[in-house]
Amino acid sequence: MAKIFVENKPYEVDAKQNLLHACLSLGFDLPYFCWHPALGSVGACRQCAVKQFKNEQDITGKLTMACMAPASEGTRISIQDADAAEFRRAVIQGLMLNHPHDCPVCDEGGECHLQDMTVMTGHSHRTYNSPKRTFKNQYLGPFINHEMNRCIQCQRCVRYYREYAGGDDLNAFRLRDTVFFGRAEDGVLENEFSGNLVEVCPTGVFTDATLKHHYTRKWDLQMAPSVCTHCALGCNTTVGERYGSMRRVVNRYNHEVNGYFLCDRGRFGYEFTNSPARLKEPMMRGAVVSKSAALESITVGGRAIGIGSPRASLESNYALRQLVGAERFYAGVSGAEGTAVAAALSILKSGAVPSASLLDVEQADGVLVLGEDVLNVAPLMALRLRQSLRNAPMRAAKKFNIPPWLDHAVREMVQDQQGPLFIASPYATKLDAVATATERAAPDDIARLGFAIANAIDRGAPEVAELSEETRTLAASIAHALLGAERPLVISGASCLSTAVVEAAAQVAWALHRQGRAQTRIAFTMPEANTFGLALLESKTLADALKEDGIDTAIVLENDLFRRAPEHLVREFFEKVPHVVVLDCLPTLTTAAAEFVLPAGTAAETSGTLVNSEGRAQRFLRAFVPSGSVQESWRWIRDIAVAGGRTDCAWQTLDQIIAAMAQDCPALREVPEAAPARDEAGKIAREPDRYSGRTSMLANITVHEPKPPQDVDSALAFSMESGFRPAPAPLIPFFWAPGWNSIQATNKYQTEVGGPLRGGDPGTRLVAASVQAAEYFREIPAAFRPAAGEWLVCPAFHIFGSEELSRHAPGIAELTPKPYIALNPVDAEVLGLHAGDAVQVTLDGVTGVVPAILRADLPRGVACLPAGLPPFEGCALPSPGKLALAKPEFSVRGTP
Amino acid sequence: MFSLLRSLWGVFLHAFHKRVTIQYPEEKAVLAPRYRGRIVLSRDPDGGERCVACNLCAVVCPTDCISLQATEDEHGRRFPEWFRINFSRCIFCGFCEEACPTYAIQLTPDFEMGEFYRKNLVYEKEDLMISGPGKYPDYNFWRVAGVAIGGKAKGEAEREAAPTDLHSLLP
Ligand code: SF4
Ligand code: SF4
Ligand code: SF4
Ligand code: SF4
Ligand code: FES
Repeated sequence: MAKIFVENKPYEVDAKQNLLHACLSLGFDLPYFCWHPALGSVGACRQCAVKQFKNEQDITGKLTMACMAPASEGTRISIQDADAAEFRRAVIQGLMLNHPHDCPVCDEGGECHLQDMTVMTGHSHRTYNSPKRTFKNQYLGPFINHEMNRCIQCQRCVRYYREYAGGDDLNAFRLRDTVFFGRAEDGVLENEFSGNLVEVCPTGVFTDATLKHHYTRKWDLQMAPSVCTHCALGCNTTVGERYGSMRRVVNRYNHEVNGYFLCDRGRFGYEFTNSPARLKEPMMRGAVVSKSAALESITVGGRAIGIGSPRASLESNYALRQLVGAERFYAGVSGAEGTAVAAALSILKSGAVPSASLLDVEQADGVLVLGEDVLNVAPLMALRLRQSLRNAPMRAAKKFNIPPWLDHAVREMVQDQQGPLFIASPYATKLDAVATATERAAPDDIARLGFAIANAIDRGAPEVAELSEETRTLAASIAHALLGAERPLVISGASCLSTAVVEAAAQVAWALHRQGRAQTRIAFTMPEANTFGLALLESKTLADALKEDGIDTAIVLENDLFRRAPEHLVREFFEKVPHVVVLDCLPTLTTAAAEFVLPAGTAAETSGTLVNSEGRAQRFLRAFVPSGSVQESWRWIRDIAVAGGRTDCAWQTLDQIIAAMAQDCPALREVPEAAPARDEAGKIAREPDRYSGRTSMLANITVHEPKPPQDVDSALAFSMESGFRPAPAPLIPFFWAPGWNSIQATNKYQTEVGGPLRGGDPGTRLVAASVQAAEYFREIPAAFRPAAGEWLVCPAFHIFGSEELSRHAPGIAELTPKPYIALNPVDAEVLGLHAGDAVQVTLDGVTGVVPAILRADLPRGVACLPAGLPPFEGCALPSPGKLALAKPEFSVRGTP
Repeated sequence: MFSLLRSLWGVFLHAFHKRVTIQYPEEKAVLAPRYRGRIVLSRDPDGGERCVACNLCAVVCPTDCISLQATEDEHGRRFPEWFRINFSRCIFCGFCEEACPTYAIQLTPDFEMGEFYRKNLVYEKEDLMISGPGKYPDYNFWRVAGVAIGGKAKGEAEREAAPTDLHSLLP
């Protein structure tokens, strides 16, 4: 801590930070452009000028850039000083010379940092009458709109895109006042985190292209705190609605989870909510029926089973479990997935190494990835992992007294040094480019490598038999690097569906821990938003359910079983079960096969709790009341129960069902802590103060201004009236502060800039590491030997396409790959295959034909299919399969 | 006593003053163009729709009686897909006209809007649009805006330089 003086008043601030950071943390309004809490300072825009004085006697002072000056002990500054204020006004005036007259048609308008700063500095009158420079725009893909005239050359976009996110197809071109920020030529931005440009760019140069299709100003959005459901990381989002449809997703800062950024799948996948295919009314044998007719016809007796879902909320899964009874409830995941997830969960509970939050990932300084394509499975983890690579080299910067926030100096110092990162995976991943060493191998070999590393770290860990010399050397060098780290991290997960890989990862982490690396962390990526939550609730899987006989009713919760098991098995199951009830938001093969379909709400339309891959329970709250008969799945299940005369499932509010769940399930005891209950938090408006059109938007239907819906589930109101208390962190519906209309208002909600939210970051950890170290695993798989004529078909993950719901968003659909099978060129030669040839693939009893692509990075005997895409979405990969050159008449499922 | 008589006298004299009360509705009042009556949406001098669906009128409206949805044509010109004013709520304060950056929304001297049913006071875009520029004959927002639309490419707006040639090597 250091004492600094602002306008001659003393304040305690963080001495390791710069003055801009200090001033904003103290709550002062000081304009800035080029500085960003996650990107550091470069002093490019000259907007943050303050007057700095030598001592108490100095009354002249000098102008200095607050973002470039350390907040060292005794610093005296003035923000209000007339020279400083005039300087800042003049800088904006300069920026405005070329700025187009666009605000009314600019998507940034109303949440524009440039507008805010212009108002803050008081520049209000334009005197410049000469021609303005102009640019042609570029097509940047389905997500980002480009309007280059509005640029103020702050450089944030390229710094974020290139230096932070590791992209290389966005750059600054030309010079002087004609610097252009864009691509070398029109085309889709390649980086998976391009959507953050929308928030990073302080102007309307980069805006959300999906929002443009149904444009709404921020002040007109009805918003709520939500959690991204497109992967298991559970990034915090703010979802916005207008006129009954979902309009956009923006980042909701959570220091420990997603920080300032989201991935493009999470930001742009929301459009599935608006899909015209959405199920809106109950259906009975394909025909729409009334709610009461549907509920009357569904009977749940002693021979009913429930199949839960890793993409449904804890509450909905719990409700179904209560309806059918715990012993007749099954987690709706494949058997192999259930086993791998259970292994990961038990490791986190029984081992002494805690699971890593995404903040821990960013702070790691030596990382081993076992069997994961982090970027495509857990996108944001890859972004934070990328930042961690600077930690080891930055320790050197400390020696030269370069503060970490002085971005260019640090980057000069670090150059292209990277901290240790080792990746072992079945195929080359995008992160390989920044890895110290990589290994491509089949899952069993990856596990063996892991066990060998553990053994090299701690001789007490079992040795791996028949290890090749190469692997031994690699393992030794990885072990050496990890031992040299202060905060080593092991990343693995369920992508290989291999217990051995998961255990090998734990073995490495535990070995490090036993060697005194107390800061060791382990991160497991998980397949879906609530995989861990479901696993905490139930361990029996779909594989067990499919084997059951004598079932009269199966209730399937938000789950497409055809993605969980091979088609023929699911069809057989449906044939033997007379009544199938499916709750879902979009039509699937499962809803098509069901007798009853009940329309379930999506995350933006409902409230509930999800447990992310870190084991953190997080509450999401609805932004709006959906149209039609759509409601939370748990409410449908309650209605079924109540219609059947049950009284034990009559929960009326979210808090009631959460309380019941916490009481019934010891593993979920802490769930109520994830967010304050309805009555604890006062009243919080979902709509900004300036929400418009209240007396007009429904006037075409009725002029009597219907009472807004009441929310019995949370403190959030469908209104613009708030109580007096500030919203607790988990319930902040949007970031806004007087004078700060853009997302930069986040500053006003943090304990200090870039730190935790006031009152603590949202969410509560359900899984804690044990105090006692667990025993090492002794079972080590044998090396992978490809069988003749058989391939180990592994899943290749795609950020756009592998996830079920986001695929229904048009932008994501556009970038989803076509089906393919990838194999090693040598293997292809053996088969007599060329790139593009149709290959007949048989695995798990499913046969399909897909074109071949050749990838030299694949190990011999390993082939890859895109995960989650037809025709093999139901097969649990990896799985052994047979490949053959397709006969021309053969074709994909269903089509003759 | 005296002041009382003086006041009575003054009132009495008014009987001989010129009448300001007119025999409405037989006789119509002459209202200034700036009178704040029925709201219209005007067109720019080229006949195009002026409103760019910026939502400023809606947000400034103290009774929240304006709502609209923005959309764009295939050349990037933004306009309201629909535009609704609930005149049963409007207090004719004229804030919308003040806020409008394009002179699209204007209050007119027509105040004869009485209806028996409130729902008839809900005006949609087709009820609000007029065929001319109203009180501001010359202004055309798109001619000064930086956004390109059909018929106006980058660099063709008023006081705009030609688009920067990114391939030029000259400084
Ligand atoms: S970037 Fe901001 S200031 Fe510039 S036109 Fe857009 S809203 Fe207006
Ligand atoms: S495009 Fe945006 S972020 Fe990039 S330099 Fe211009 S204003 Fe800054
Ligand atoms: S990383 Fe996962 S949780 Fe985060 S935004 Fe992307 S899909 Fe959503
Ligand atoms: S302020 Fe003017 S341009 Fe903007 S929406 Fe209203 S009428 Fe249209
Ligand atoms: S924010 Fe300090 S110079 Fe840009």
